[in-house]
Amino acid sequence: MNIFIWVCLIIIFLSMLGTLIRVFKGPSTPDRLIALDGIGVMLISIIALLSIVFDTIFFIDVILLIAIMSFIGTVSFSKFIEKGAIIDRDTRR
Amino acid sequence: MEFVWLIFLPALAALFIPTLFRRVAGIHTGWFVLIIPVVLFVYYSTYVPLTASGEHAVSSFDWIPSLGISFVSYLDGLSLLFTLLITGIGALVVLYSIFYLDRHKEKLGNFYVYLLLFMTAMLGVVQSDNIISLYLFWELTSISSFLLIGYWYTRDGSRFGALKSMMITVGGGLMMLGGFVILGILGDTYSIRELISGLSDYSGDPLFTLAAVLLLFGAFTKSAQFPFYIWLPDAMEAPTPVSAYLHSATMVKAGLYLVARFTPIFAGSSVWIWLVSGIGLLTLMWGSFFAVKQTDLKGILAFSTVSQLGLIMSLLGAGAIAYHSDDTLFRLAMFAAIFHLVNHAVFKGSLFMIAGIVDHETGTRDIRKLGGLMSVMPISFTVAFIGGLSMAGIPPFGGFLSKELFLESMVALKHFELFNFDTWGILFPVIAWIASVFTFVYSFYFVFKTFTGEKKFDKLPLKPHEAPIGMLISPIILAVSVIALFFIPNVVGKWLVAPAVMAAQPQLYSMPSEAAVPVHAWHGITSVPMWLTVGVIVIGTLLFTSIKKWQPVYGLQPEKLSLNALYDGVMTFSEKGMNKLSRFYMNGLIRTYLLYMFSFFSVMTIVVLFAKGAFELDMNSLSPITLFAVLNSIVAILGTGMVIMSKNRISAIIALGAVGYSVALFFVLFKAPDLALTQLVIETISVALFLLAFRHLPALKTHGETKKNKVVNGIIAGGVGLSVTLVALSAHSNKLVASISQFYKDTVHTEAGGGNIVNVILVDYRGFDTLFEIAVLSIAGIAVLGMIRLRLSRKESDDEKE
Repeated sequence: MNIFIWVCLIIIFLSMLGTLIRVFKGPSTPDRLIALDGIGVMLISIIALLSIVFDTIFFIDVILLIAIMSFIGTVSFSKFIEKGAIIDRDTRR
Repeated sequence: MEFVWLIFLPALAALFIPTLFRRVAGIHTGWFVLIIPVVLFVYYSTYVPLTASGEHAVSSFDWIPSLGISFVSYLDGLSLLFTLLITGIGALVVLYSIFYLDRHKEKLGNFYVYLLLFMTAMLGVVQSDNIISLYLFWELTSISSFLLIGYWYTRDGSRFGALKSMMITVGGGLMMLGGFVILGILGDTYSIRELISGLSDYSGDPLFTLAAVLLLFGAFTKSAQFPFYIWLPDAMEAPTPVSAYLHSATMVKAGLYLVARFTPIFAGSSVWIWLVSGIGLLTLMWGSFFAVKQTDLKGILAFSTVSQLGLIMSLLGAGAIAYHSDDTLFRLAMFAAIFHLVNHAVFKGSLFMIAGIVDHETGTRDIRKLGGLMSVMPISFTVAFIGGLSMAGIPPFGGFLSKELFLESMVALKHFELFNFDTWGILFPVIAWIASVFTFVYSFYFVFKTFTGEKKFDKLPLKPHEAPIGMLISPIILAVSVIALFFIPNVVGKWLVAPAVMAAQPQLYSMPSEAAVPVHAWHGITSVPMWLTVGVIVIGTLLFTSIKKWQPVYGLQPEKLSLNALYDGVMTFSEKGMNKLSRFYMNGLIRTYLLYMFSFFSVMTIVVLFAKGAFELDMNSLSPITLFAVLNSIVAILGTGMVIMSKNRISAIIALGAVGYSVALFFVLFKAPDLALTQLVIETISVALFLLAFRHLPALKTHGETKKNKVVNGIIAGGVGLSVTLVALSAHSNKLVASISQFYKDTVHTEAGGGNIVNVILVDYRGFDTLFEIAVLSIAGIAVLGMIRLRLSRKESDDEKE
């Protein structure tokens, strides 16, 4: 059982390194952004597996938070790439 | 009555002067001021019988008793003599200034306030027994002299002269303070009397000579000795009453007073004797030689003052020799010094006043434009004649007697057998004699070039006429005193000079009468000084009559090689050099400043770490390395590398986000859920903030960084990383005390009633930190709002610059 989790962890780490190469190389910004989003998902899985290894429930909050943050981050990045700004000015003013 | 308070009387009176000047416009303010020196003179005169019997009077009050600092008014022969000079000539100068300064055109309020401040300062200098309060008054004389020289502050020359005298005298004053402090430490007291009585305890100390030299710096700068005399000629920009008072009769004699006052302490030191007598003689020669070069009346008098001060200084040096020899021959010198000091104060005061009168009545002080004033200004001429001949040392005037005494002491010097005086001592009378010849020449030059010769009245700015009688009163009184000094020298000697000599050499005499030297005008046909004087008169007359032929010699000295050029050079060099230096390292680039800070930080850390042997690596205290910690580190390192290497800003921001997330993962790995939560949120927000500001951020490569810069940056960054790593490793290996975390673990539930240790520490055990971090956040929030909302528009800020 433990070995299985260890193998899973290592595989996820390796894929994290792989996506990091994408972040590193690009070539375009959306490539990097998708890679970063992928890293977020991998972080979630790593923390979940680590919680099993450490036999604790304290990291469940972290998992939820990463899910939210990763979403918000990706959305804001996307908006930035699309419009050049994250928060729109109130045009009616 | 505690007469120590009288020192402060002029300063107290100065408080009322501006009011009087403004409210009582009908009467010249000087008349009110005149009361003070007259009262003081009369009061202090009553102490003459006391000091003449060898006694002294002391009055004091504590200022800072815990530090041993007090105001002490100590009246013995020496300080009383100076006090009488200050108040007496002060009264005459105030009287003179009443007629010299116009009450409608001049700012008399300022003038008399400065003058009264100066009077207090001078009284304090000569009466203080405590060296710290002596220093206090000493600097007050420098400051009030600065104010008085710069009285006509709209003129460039006045400001330059004031600044120059301030720089030099305050510089010397600070050195003197150093000497005082050394003396105070050595003798364990600030009282001069106690320093003298405890002399044997500390005179062998190696710092003793240093104290003597530092003290002499103060005395030489104040008394315009070589090479510090250069401020005195420039101080002639002051109003003439000031020149007459400060720069001939009183302030420049403060240095002489200091030397005389400290002679009982330092006379044993050969350095002291050589410096005082040698520098004095050099100044005498230098000043008298260059006085003939001057074309400004006050310039001649300034150089003559320098030269005469040198004369007195050399006599004071010779007076210290009396401590080393029982020969009564050397006891003459101190008497001669004090006697000439009185003489000089009297005749130089009158000469300055005459120069002022000539300036006032003709509109110029240039000796080349003046001439033939004798017929229109007979009284002034008479006074100048008396003063000038006294300065030249010709009978029947006071200067003759002291000049004879001076030559006699100088001739005696070569009989002294210590400190190489028997080989070099012969120089003293020779130089002294040559200097006397030049003194003769410039005295005649001053008197006769101004008052005799061809009349050139049409060239003068004003039509010359005799000065008003009020302006002539003071010089006439002084001129009469000059003659009186010749005819009654022994009365002055008995009542004033001998007590002063005894005060300057207390170990040698028990009664002032022992110190009194009978002064005769006629020494007999065989005496050496008599023939020297005859020689001075003969050679001096020859030189004076042929002055046109040899005066061009002075043109040979290039302006660049003078001491003034040296002073100017030093001033401009220090200003420009410092400017260059600061511009060199303060180049306005933050990069450069960061380079300084970081390289200093890393070099200091590494050097100290290894110099003190503090580096230590304890392998046993390290915990085992887990696999996913290694993998996570690789992620973090790659992210960091990318931040550094990235070519555009957005990839750098993304990579920074990756680093932040991997740090969060580290927190998970090391079991810190709260930290991981916070780290994730903060990381996301800061990345979002970076993006928010993205449009306003400059492109990455706008710093113009060259390859060389990058190499330097790399080395320094490596150094900082290395030093922090080394410190962290050795700090971890050197844990001296156990952690207190066990206490938190044990009590988190029982004491605080919580389960989450981190949160309980944040809000319970150490809630204060949290409070102020909340404050930090609020300040940051308000500041951001302020920066965005309260930004002045560009136009408004331009207005502000104007």
